[in-house]
Amino acid sequence: MSDLIIAGRAFKSRLFLGTGKFRSNAEMQAAIAASGTEMVTVAMKRIELGDSNDDMLAHVVRPEIQLLPNTSGVRDAEEAVFAAQMSREAFGTPWLKLEIHPDPRYLLPDSTETLRATEMLVKEGFIVLPYCQADPTLCKRLEEAGAAAVMPLGSPIGSNLGLRTRDFLRIIIEQSSVPVIVDAGIGAPSHAAEAMEMGASACLVNTAIAVAGNPSAMAVAFRKAVEAGREAYEAGLGTASLNFEAEASSPLTAFL
Amino acid sequence: MNIFLNGKQQQTSATTLAELVASLSLPAAGVAAAVESKLVKRTEWETFSLAEGMHVTVVRAVCGG
Repeated sequence: MSDLIIAGRAFKSRLFLGTGKFRSNAEMQAAIAASGTEMVTVAMKRIELGDSNDDMLAHVVRPEIQLLPNTSGVRDAEEAVFAAQMSREAFGTPWLKLEIHPDPRYLLPDSTETLRATEMLVKEGFIVLPYCQADPTLCKRLEEAGAAAVMPLGSPIGSNLGLRTRDFLRIIIEQSSVPVIVDAGIGAPSHAAEAMEMGASACLVNTAIAVAGNPSAMAVAFRKAVEAGREAYEAGLGTASLNFEAEASSPLTAFL
Repeated sequence: MNIFLNGKQQQTSATTLAELVASLSLPAAGVAAAVESKLVKRTEWETFSLAEGMHVTVVRAVCGG
């Protein structure tokens, strides 16, 4: 299985993890380890007095892990740029998951602000991985603006609905010159395997692992699914029958 | 003096940004601060003097997808 290169950094694992929604830091840490992931998202929050002194980062930081801070909470490109500057300082990395979703009901990304923010952030030296709609034209514009990868959604964040956007993901994968990371809505290992079989470069999974009955076991299942899907893709999948017709695998005559 | 911390008015005995952040009992890593919406690097906190009515933003690392 080939390494995935993003912004000059090689990743052996094509499964990336989100850190949200785990029942405890211990469960989160165990799931991260079980998944074999080499990139993990984190978020930022304005402190409030009465916040617990929870050092979640201590449970995440490892030499092999690339931190990917997100800009969740921002509503436009200007806020995203401010969040990015804070993030680079707080986490010591220019890597950024650009995430602008003003509508809390569906959490769909704002395409206009995401493209604007990508242009601004690339100029300031950030390594931008934009979470975006599965819009092939948008993904091409994000690539042209200098995004290090594109991260089109499969279905709404946390919905576990899988690849509702599969037909458009296919087009994006065909046309993209930067890695395509399917992010949001992956609810089961089979969804991740499907994305990888299609030729996606990687999958980002959060909810499906964090809220599983046994997150570490689910992380292992996802690891296997991403590997299986990628190996199948690299091995060369057969074509699907166009008209539901069969093609025999055994001789049809000569036995009788 | 009175300052605004993340939008809320706050009394503080801190005179520098470093003293203010120290008073918040935050973890050592994953923290950033801005004054009047401009980032102030950690290396500059010690010498950054607070003034009455300043708007300070402090963020910390949390879990998220």
